Amino acid sequence: MSARRCRAVVIGASAGALEVLNQVLPALPASFPLPVFVVVHVPPDRKSLLAELFARRCEMRVREAEDKEPIEPGTIYFAPPNYHMLVETEQALALSADEPVLYSRPAIDILFESAADVYGPALAALVLTGANEDGARGLRAVETAGGQVAVQDPKTAFAAAMPEAALAACPRARIVTPGGVAAYLQELAAMPPVDEN
Amino acid sequence: MTDQVEEIEIQLLLEALYLRYHYDFRHYAATSIKRRLRLAREQMGFASISALQERLLHDETMLPRMLGYLTVQVSEMFRDPSYFKAIRETVIPHLRTYPSLKLWIAGCADGEELYSFVILFREEGLEERTIFYATDINQDALARARAGIYGLERIQLFTENHRKSGGKSSLSEYYSAGYGRAVFDKSLRERVLFADHSLVTDAVFAEMNLISCRNVLIYFNRALQDRAIGLFKDSLSRKGFLGLGAKENLRFCAHADAFSEFNREERLYQRRDG
Ligand SMILES: C[S@@+](CC[C@H](N)C(=O)[O-])C[C@H]1O[C@@H](n2cnc3c(N)ncnc32)[C@H](O)[C@@H]1O
Repeated sequence: MSARRCRAVVIGASAGALEVLNQVLPALPASFPLPVFVVVHVPPDRKSLLAELFARRCEMRVREAEDKEPIEPGTIYFAPPNYHMLVETEQALALSADEPVLYSRPAIDILFESAADVYGPALAALVLTGANEDGARGLRAVETAGGQVAVQDPKTAFAAAMPEAALAACPRARIVTPGGVAAYLQELAAMPPVDEN
Repeated sequence: MTDQVEEIEIQLLLEALYLRYHYDFRHYAATSIKRRLRLAREQMGFASISALQERLLHDETMLPRMLGYLTVQVSEMFRDPSYFKAIRETVIPHLRTYPSLKLWIAGCADGEELYSFVILFREEGLEERTIFYATDINQDALARARAGIYGLERIQLFTENHRKSGGKSSLSEYYSAGYGRAVFDKSLRERVLFADHSLVTDAVFAEMNLISCRNVLIYFNRALQDRAIGLFKDSLSRKGFLGLGAKENLRFCAHADAFSEFNREERLYQRRDG
């Protein structure tokens, strides 16, 4: 399937996430036109420093998602610890306190599946480094809905299990290096609009 | 895009559930409901959501199982210890000035939050002047809340949370352990009224000094959230307190003006005068 313009980006990462995200997110310009939703497996403690940390390093706006938070372009949303983050509509996020999935809350699969339902082919999904299999099922859902799927090259990953599981689920996924992700996303954002018929 | 047929099936099932059993999930956050219904269909082995609806309409024993899927009882004692710490340190001093108190835990699930409050109030010497209302729409959950029995493997977390919340006693004073279970002392329930009450379809039932409703509103859409918050507003005494979940807030709510922010970080609000 040829690449077409996306209206949102979803990213999932686990063990080793900080380092890769540090190469990816600060490289996106303030003018990046899409919302970017990020699930990182974090311990369930009340406070996560991810949003604060990246707010200082990124040109894009960075938030930790609140329940029913409006979705704005040019904004990076991190899932809060101990909640799943879902895309409710193209206008709003939602959170849930449902059981962990594959021991994780937030879970990448839940974000990806909900975003695939809402954005269909106008979604780009990216699975990065991690030591479990979360994200594989979600990536598959994005692919089935016609979205763009990409996986970090396992050879470049701090933990290869997650990208490998994602590749097993989506063998045709584009393989990207941490340094290449930002350029890839900008390319997707600049494509002609998706024809939805 | 979402499968259109599935959307229709979901809408029809929720309508059927409402018409047949008066449980109204029609205005819950759609994405979560969809996920729960897919799980239900898969795990109960139905070919489609319509097939599930057919059974639900004709077989009432399906209702509790369905509610088990549509409602989520995931909870902890002293969940977010800093919330309970803030209540202990900043709300309790206000409550202490009243001769009698009413506290409502709305969406109490299996009772973890309720017992947290009763223990906190006992530690602060307020239990005896307080009536605790614990409500939920899930009967099975209410029964578990009434029983107050939790898996022993959860106690370590509860104990840790209790300590972090500024607990003045040892949690082990309140339960007896055996056969892999912790059975909480029945004296903790002496001043508790359990009730089947829905924030969607039921009305005000008493005047409260403190309402704690955590991780329930996230399952509602915005309009339904407004209804529930309106209910809380009408249920609170002047200067009464409302506590929400860690990621819930009144920012987008139609009744926001009726409340002042008491502790922004901990999602504690106070009803304004008059
Ligand atoms: C995730 S639990 C929250 C438990 C606890 N308050 C906490 O934060 O740990 C959500 C609870 O809300 C209940 N609930 C769902 N809809 C409700 C409604 N309309 N009225 C009252 N309770 C409801 C569910 O049955 C479930 O027990």
